[in-house]
Amino acid sequence: MSVAAVSSPSRPHLPRWAAPAGAVVLFAVAYLAFRGTATLPHDDEAAPFVAITELREWVDANKNSNPLFLYVVNYVRLLVGWIHVTLAGALHALGWPGLIGLMGAVGWATGGLRVGLLGVAGFAAFGVLGVWESSVDTLALVGTAVLLSLATGLPLGVWAGRSPRLRRALNPVLDVMQIMPTFAYLAPMVLFFQIGAPAGAVATMIYAIPPAIRITALAIDQVSPAAVEASTSLGATRWHTLRKVHLPLARSTMTLAVNQTIMMALSMVVIANLISAPGLGSDIIRGLSRQNVGIMLPAGLAIVVMAVVLDRTTMAAARRHRGDGGQPAGPRWTRVAGAAVLAGAGVTLTYALPAALVAGWPAGWVLPMAGPVNDAVRWAETTWYDVTESVKNVTSEVVLNPLQELLTSAPWWLVAAAVLLLARWASGWRPALTALGCLLAIALLGLWEHSMVTLSMVVVAVLAVLGVGLVLGVAAARSAWFSAVQRPLLDAAQTMPSFVYLLPALALFGPTKFTAIFASVIYAAPPVVRLVEEGVRKVPPAVVEAAVAAGSTPGQLLRKVQLPMARESILLAANQGIVLTLAMVVLGALVGGGALGYDVVSGFSQRTNFGMGFAAGVAIVLLGIMLDRITQGADRRPSPHRRMFR
Amino acid sequence: MGDSPDSAAIEVDGLWKIFGPGAERVLEGDDRFLDPAALREKTGCTAAVRDVGFTVRPGEVFVVMGLSGSGKSTLVRCLIRLIEPTAGRISIDGEDIGRASPARLRDIRRHQVSMVFQHFGLLPHRRVIDNVAYGLEIQGMAKAARHARAAEILSLVGLDGHAGSYPDQLSGGMQQRVGLARALAVDPRVMLFDEPFSALDPLIRRDMQAEVIRLHREVGKTMVFITHDLSEALKLGERIAIMRDGRIVQVGTPEELVGAPADDYVADFVRDVPRSHVLTLRWICRDPEPGEPLDGPELPASTLVKDAIAAASASSRPIRVVDGDRLAGVVDRVDLLTFLSGLSHHPGPPSEDSGRDSGQDSGRARASA
Repeated sequence: MSVAAVSSPSRPHLPRWAAPAGAVVLFAVAYLAFRGTATLPHDDEAAPFVAITELREWVDANKNSNPLFLYVVNYVRLLVGWIHVTLAGALHALGWPGLIGLMGAVGWATGGLRVGLLGVAGFAAFGVLGVWESSVDTLALVGTAVLLSLATGLPLGVWAGRSPRLRRALNPVLDVMQIMPTFAYLAPMVLFFQIGAPAGAVATMIYAIPPAIRITALAIDQVSPAAVEASTSLGATRWHTLRKVHLPLARSTMTLAVNQTIMMALSMVVIANLISAPGLGSDIIRGLSRQNVGIMLPAGLAIVVMAVVLDRTTMAAARRHRGDGGQPAGPRWTRVAGAAVLAGAGVTLTYALPAALVAGWPAGWVLPMAGPVNDAVRWAETTWYDVTESVKNVTSEVVLNPLQELLTSAPWWLVAAAVLLLARWASGWRPALTALGCLLAIALLGLWEHSMVTLSMVVVAVLAVLGVGLVLGVAAARSAWFSAVQRPLLDAAQTMPSFVYLLPALALFGPTKFTAIFASVIYAAPPVVRLVEEGVRKVPPAVVEAAVAAGSTPGQLLRKVQLPMARESILLAANQGIVLTLAMVVLGALVGGGALGYDVVSGFSQRTNFGMGFAAGVAIVLLGIMLDRITQGADRRPSPHRRMFR
Repeated sequence: MGDSPDSAAIEVDGLWKIFGPGAERVLEGDDRFLDPAALREKTGCTAAVRDVGFTVRPGEVFVVMGLSGSGKSTLVRCLIRLIEPTAGRISIDGEDIGRASPARLRDIRRHQVSMVFQHFGLLPHRRVIDNVAYGLEIQGMAKAARHARAAEILSLVGLDGHAGSYPDQLSGGMQQRVGLARALAVDPRVMLFDEPFSALDPLIRRDMQAEVIRLHREVGKTMVFITHDLSEALKLGERIAIMRDGRIVQVGTPEELVGAPADDYVADFVRDVPRSHVLTLRWICRDPEPGEPLDGPELPASTLVKDAIAAASASSRPIRVVDGDRLAGVVDRVDLLTFLSGLSHHPGPPSEDSGRDSGQDSGRARASA
């Protein structure tokens, strides 16, 4: 409330903490007085749910007569379906030797022999893990989504890069797309495209397209204005300048856009399996629903491997375009020749070997995993039972349950007032009103209670993430050694699709709310750690030197110089942490998280619950926007650091 | 100015550039007379160029000098509408640039006017030769022809043997030679230089200035040169315009600026210039006093003061300063010493042909002293 203190000098003697403390006391009293009144308990048959379910029935009934569906949506579905079927057909027709050879060839051509070998080994691993067929299906779905994303995202990105007006118009849309938890995409897809691969591909595309647009726009925008001006001064047309200056200079960054799009698609594609798109995700979902880690692990590993192979291959391409420094081993012609030989060998093998051997990955080469893995999980469960159980119980009893109880038993207007005040304090009036609007909309949707449960999980997870992030980030910023050890781990963690994090959480803690929180903490921690580390590192060495010269202890240096100056990064980290945590907490429905996420899942599995699932998806988005608005404005508050440069 | 407008290569009149919302409105109202800070306060607009006018003669090197933020870079960009001017008339070779269609404007940029930039603006993904040939490429010239031309220009700027390098493999000075070559390659009639050497270190900068002087002698282009460095301006400029807060405060030859600064701002600027290296005898000669011997050495009025010292020390008699056959005045040792010691801050007025638009008062002040 420093703002208030500054603007009203008539009460200068009130300490800074007085106003917040007063507010807390006020809310506590109000809670005790009104507790249990004006709560909004959950009702499976709430009016909005029924209305949406009926809407779906109507859509299903009129799909083939309504012009919107007849002439637009159905054609989109057919086109996407056709691309997917063609791609899947081609990949399957290559056979496993052909596909492995081809992947190796692509790796070799872009990144040299090592990347090529990684490709061969990685794709061969799909077979060894026993998930060859599902992997190829997933690859086809990713391929479809990525093709569609790039085909629309890159041109749009180029356009946005050159037109600030378009960028301003796109930004809020992309913002919403990015903070929208993956789950929320699915229900509308089902409504329009029915269950199946096309809906999965479109959902994946919507999720994967923002980085394609954003990074491309950034790449174009970052092209040196001097070069552009020089080109214009020589009389180049816009098209000339685009083709000869913008695109070549933006190419390496645009490859990064391709990389990011693929990574996003990979993490979404598994979730798309919830609406019956084929692929690795169905194994994972089956494993999750039976709490059978043995079934999930091969599929999970295959996804991680796929992510690593595709990431390294596209990153190698990005570095190659950068010209100097990143030249891969070997001259160009050896790479190309090697790649050609490898691809040729693979394809030849497919057609030379007996059909029975090529039809599928040979059963004898599969490493049986389910049994040993389940044994290991059982061993871990029994051995660490005391530890995991006590961690789980303490967190649940001491933090999670009381918070949940508080939020669900408080009158809705008290929670709304608290949110309004908090957002007002952290971000200002406009975000505060947006946040309030989201909260009220959630109440109108009939999902108040479930949203409060999800919210309490998010709050606990975010606090844990920030704690972990601050400790690890500061440690990494202060110790080069620690940073060097941690960095590859973070890299690996960030390439992994979100789903994968559910596995260890489930193996350790069984299906509970705490499992979802644990998974979201490890999911959201890497970017938070990274942002904190970067923020602390970015403090100018001259300032640090001056502080040390003035006799600061390391602790003082951290508290009084580094953390305050890293404030913006830390606030951004908090914002990112919240958005990521929400996405994962919702996903945690699959491992016992319950609440909104569970509503979404049950909406797909039971037709009668479709309305509730759909509404829950919307509620998740609203919750996401609310949390984002509460925190995103924080870095816009006047801070001494900013004022100095204004 | 001495020249009639129709022989001008570039003619600028009443040029304004106002950045910010409602620029036209500012221009129509009285706000345009506000000083920069008040204008920004009141309207949120920044007037980068305010009512600027000048002419550049064909083949002339015209320098625009000012501190950063004085609007000189904006001014030079307005000339070929890299920045769209808010108001005013610009003509290059008699053609109204403001009225040119986009296609015509491109044509002018392709063939008539080219520009050299402060930060070079080279394309890092192209070899040096392709950078130099870029302007020809977008004109649609065939590859062999444009490479031949580019190679020719590269040797003109002393970059033989670097055709196959990439820009980032060259030093800053060499990169700017590439920028220079790129501008020269299209054989423009006018070349614009936007602080081309300010990113280079001093020794390289001197080389590059010499290079520009040499090129100007060899190819004889009209040049408009932007700089914030007074010594560079004095070295290169046949005439110099001094800009401050978007206005031109004085236009003149180096001699006129140093000898007769229009206001305190210009005077402050040129204070540290060694005046004996810039001013000629014309500025310090006086009418012979009665009975003064007139048989001393004879020097033309355009002799720099520093070059007259040798003659003065060789003879005790006053030097006769002649303008053609006419006696312009005399200078004796005392006059020279007084001038060199800096005691006299107000040298006499130049002869009437220099077309100076201000500074007469200070000249008279000295004459009456």
